[in-house]
Amino acid sequence: MARIDLDGVSVTFPIYDSRRRSLKNRLIAAGTGGRIEYRTASETDIEALADVSFALADGARVGLVGHNGAGKSTLLRVLAGIYAPCSGTIHVQGHIAPLFDISLGIDPEASGYENILIRGLFLGLSRREVKAKTEEIAEFTELGSFLDLPVRTYSTGMQLRLAFAVATAIDPEILLIDEGIAAGDAAFLEKANARLRAFASKASIIVLASHANQLIREICDSAILLEQGRVLMRGPVEEVLAAYEARRSK
Amino acid sequence: MREHVGTGAPGGIAAGSQWQRALGDVVAGAARFSLWSLLGSKEIRQRYRRSRLGPLWVTLSMGVTVGALGFVYGALFGQPLEAYLPFLAAGFVVWGLISGLVLDGTKAFTDSDGMILQLAAPLSVHVYRVVWSNLLIFAHNIVVFLIVAAWFGVLPGWHVLYAVAGVAIVLLNGVWLGLFLGTVCARFRDVPQIVASVVQILFFITPILWRPEMLPDRALFLGLNPFYHFVELVRAPLLGGVPEATTLAVVALVTLGGWLVTLMAFARYRWRIAYWV
Repeated sequence: MARIDLDGVSVTFPIYDSRRRSLKNRLIAAGTGGRIEYRTASETDIEALADVSFALADGARVGLVGHNGAGKSTLLRVLAGIYAPCSGTIHVQGHIAPLFDISLGIDPEASGYENILIRGLFLGLSRREVKAKTEEIAEFTELGSFLDLPVRTYSTGMQLRLAFAVATAIDPEILLIDEGIAAGDAAFLEKANARLRAFASKASIIVLASHANQLIREICDSAILLEQGRVLMRGPVEEVLAAYEARRSK
Repeated sequence: MREHVGTGAPGGIAAGSQWQRALGDVVAGAARFSLWSLLGSKEIRQRYRRSRLGPLWVTLSMGVTVGALGFVYGALFGQPLEAYLPFLAAGFVVWGLISGLVLDGTKAFTDSDGMILQLAAPLSVHVYRVVWSNLLIFAHNIVVFLIVAAWFGVLPGWHVLYAVAGVAIVLLNGVWLGLFLGTVCARFRDVPQIVASVVQILFFITPILWRPEMLPDRALFLGLNPFYHFVELVRAPLLGGVPEATTLAVVALVTLGGWLVTLMAFARYRWRIAYWV
């Protein structure tokens, strides 16, 4: 049973310039009553999500659409439990697989096999479970003996294959996908999409953030339109995409 | 990762549950032994991957340092080598462990930003990684002391068990240090440099190169230096003695106080770390 409940979730990012990143400056400012540090701007905060509420139950396949910076990636990170909301509550039940910016968390100095193991352990698999899946992962990547070499020797496409294969090797109940994965050569993309579809048919909740409307049409049955961190609209895929297109062409 | 409940900022949710979550993070992180031990060992292996000697470099460079320092400072202080060199080797190796925990602790979270933003694992995993890699380096370095001690015929015997317990306590402190410094340094990016300067100074004012007896009228200065007590905790048994009661008291106090303060800070700011890195 997988379930996601968000109630009034807001996320605000503090934006620090190098000066506000400094403890020395902070102490000097405190010690001199703020006379030395000239405050150019008061605290800058960016509201990435504002009062987002929705509930997803088993079987939900939701597409997130919106401009760059609309809050899609932040929302996915909140769902994954990486960002705790600044206010509001979130309740998530079920095993989560995040498929975000794929290059993040890949260690370029470690070999392909090591990266498979590390990623698997991070996702909460045991050493034995990862070992059992390694062969299948290796096969999917088609990287062969490259898997013994450090990942920094890989081309971007090869890195993508590896990361994608590892990220999709577990059987999650909740699948969170960010658009970044839709890169790579055509042949791989086809294969990746096939795997994604197979993967999607097993997961009980999918949240997919994408600019590739085709992918959303294919996988999702409803969509959420985000703008400036707010939920503007939620409904059937075609209606939401139409509204998104209309706003974009304005 | 079966289930997660989102925090509101402090105030949004009862403070008690923030405590529970901080403690839960520390405990759940510890349970991921296979993950952080792998990350820690990988770090060491990578550092020496392209050299023929591999991690043996750690041992070798420590040996050369101790030899050179012993030769110069032994003469400078007019100390007989057979007493001075084991003292120096033991102190220097233990100092290496303590300062490594402090310095690497400052970067525990900022070095792992990619992992933190990608996967929601307990944050303490990154601190345990630091502690583990420092333990591995220590295991390589202690060989130098054992060789020196064997050479001069002053191997510690069964007192070594006290030293093992001492190292365990140092590591226990390394965990809170990493959680605390890692969190502060994620927010304030100039703290690692400040900490590095302080550690440098501490090395000279802590009796590692020199013996406490050489400074008879500065007893208070020594007594107030917690680093002295942590070095003594392991060094004294390595040299065949036992740590003094004051040392044990200071260590107990620092361990408890450090954990208390850290858990309070971690409970309050843990949820912010992902925003900061």
